[in-house]
Amino acid sequence: MKKVPDSHGRFGPYGGRYVPETLMPALLELEQEYAAARKDRGFRQELAYYLKQYVGRPTSLYHASRLTKKLGGAKIYLKREDLCHTGAHKINNAIGQVLLAMRMKKPRIIAETGAGQHGVATATAAAMFGLECEIYMGTEDMQRQALNVFRMRLLGAKVTGVDAGSRTLKDAISEAMRDWTTNVRTTHYILGSVLGAHPYPMMIRDFQAIIGQEARKQILAAEGKLPDYLVACVGGGSNSIGLFHAFLGDKKVKMIGVEAGGTGIQSGKHAARFFGGKPGVLQGTMTYLLQDEDGQINLTHSVSAGLDYAAVGPEHSLYHDLKRVQYTYATDDEALAAFDLLATVEGIVPALESAHAIAEVVKLAPKLKKSNVIIANLSGRGDKDVQQVARMRGVTL
Amino acid sequence: MTGRIESTFQRLRQANKKALIAYLMAGDPTLADTERLVLEIEQAGADIIELGVPFSDPIADGPVIQLAAERGLRSGTSLRKILAMMKSLRTSTQVPIVLMVYYNSIHAMGLETFCREAGMAGVDGLIVPDMPPDEAGPLKGPAAAAGLRLIFLLAPTSTTERREYVAKESQGFLYYVSLTGITGAKIQNMAEVGKNVGKIKKVTKTPVAVGFGVSTPEDAATVSAMADGVIVGSAIVKQIAAHQQSSDMPEKVGRFVASLKTAMNQLA
Repeated sequence: MKKVPDSHGRFGPYGGRYVPETLMPALLELEQEYAAARKDRGFRQELAYYLKQYVGRPTSLYHASRLTKKLGGAKIYLKREDLCHTGAHKINNAIGQVLLAMRMKKPRIIAETGAGQHGVATATAAAMFGLECEIYMGTEDMQRQALNVFRMRLLGAKVTGVDAGSRTLKDAISEAMRDWTTNVRTTHYILGSVLGAHPYPMMIRDFQAIIGQEARKQILAAEGKLPDYLVACVGGGSNSIGLFHAFLGDKKVKMIGVEAGGTGIQSGKHAARFFGGKPGVLQGTMTYLLQDEDGQINLTHSVSAGLDYAAVGPEHSLYHDLKRVQYTYATDDEALAAFDLLATVEGIVPALESAHAIAEVVKLAPKLKKSNVIIANLSGRGDKDVQQVARMRGVTL
Repeated sequence: MTGRIESTFQRLRQANKKALIAYLMAGDPTLADTERLVLEIEQAGADIIELGVPFSDPIADGPVIQLAAERGLRSGTSLRKILAMMKSLRTSTQVPIVLMVYYNSIHAMGLETFCREAGMAGVDGLIVPDMPPDEAGPLKGPAAAAGLRLIFLLAPTSTTERREYVAKESQGFLYYVSLTGITGAKIQNMAEVGKNVGKIKKVTKTPVAVGFGVSTPEDAATVSAMADGVIVGSAIVKQIAAHQQSSDMPEKVGRFVASLKTAMNQLA
């Protein structure tokens, strides 16, 4: 497959750099700085050091034998990103970008967050390097992820609520972009997923690609062959692209990206961009969007704040069109059932985002042979979701 | 080809005057109000009208224009309805009108369809705040065919290379963003604005208009001494919001616009 993106940040027709002029110089600087850092052995060694000693990489590739037995089909492995420091894959990118910010001598960090996992990861990395940090979060998300809000504040970050639009991730990104536009000289914006203007989708993919690089080695060691399927949830799409990337050249490895089906596609309350979305431009990039016929962005819904977003990373749009990755969705109810299943059968409480991937495994595994192998990305742990799930079930904690 | 924008700047230059470019959000509070407002502020001295197209996610705009966009969307305003209103306006005025429109609104309609219909409706130019010239390739042909000027922006952060590149690409006029930030913020450093406009004027003959953060008649007067045009947005939108309940809202907004123009003329 051809290497993407091209020098204009294009993944086929998707991607690009649709931003106000004020940000163009900063994006060009970031692109240059990132290109230099990638070639710099010192930078790579420093990143590898923190990923090993601070984040706890490599994360394990765990054979979920009880889940395998229960579903009665393919052999299931879980890539345990939930074991990363701070509880999700988001820290891989946050550490990489904080190191870049230091190279660019930017003393202030901002970020958006949906589920709070990227906010926590960014606040953590900023604290470790002594940088000022402000996190934008929709007020609706602040309510359903109150625990993470308090965690970010414990880590010394300022958390600013965004009360516009749907008061979720999309609105937090807009507000972070406005802050960046205003403070671009002193501030680096750590975007949390493979979204936004070039070079973000490429750079964040590269920082997350370690997931698949490890998984590829680990599965070859464990099984002596490549997996038949990779399964991951897709919000912006950073954990999925991170898992998929090292396998893109392996033609026999099938890949499934799982979007948030909310209360069902028919209901209109979902965040499944490949089921009813069409290409357009939002927040810096050309990609599949949930929008009305006038191009206004639709409100989305998901039980999982981290998947509740109207756009998908541009690289996913390309793989969708090329049919290299198959995209599907899991509804809120399916994700909640998978959440319970993994907790009771494997003793792992997954993040509600990751539970969407598990929900697909529940559908897929029984249809396959026992000799088939599935790797599902367990992108985060569910501690942050315990309160919300209790509330949904009417349990007072 | 000389269009309405070019002849307006020419006429003003000969009179030793500067252009007042007044921004309105289309459909705020209703499209019928917008139509009345355009005529009123033209009477009050606006030389060019910048008409905002409400978008659900306006990343370049501050709170005042975000709220105006929400009001516009609530009143059911769409790009097609704005173009229909423009056609009706063109029976009573020839004031240059440029649309400030986010890229996705154009993209959703289709670049060619949009340009053709905008040209027929009497739109003179486009400001697409989230489309730097680097991404304008696909829009250039359809815009030129419809006689639409593509107006690009420069910012205090723009480098020498970008200044030269953007100045070369911009048609009709160049929009200099007076501050590092979003619409409606306050200009911190007027001297820097003058210096940067001077740098732009060295690389282009295209008129330079300054916007973002011009909010009072005093600001307008100061900026008009430095540039070919002054763009006032949030301050006008605030007047509309404050008086939207009163029956003589357009006249009140007109008086504010007149105060801007008077201040600019006194300095000239």
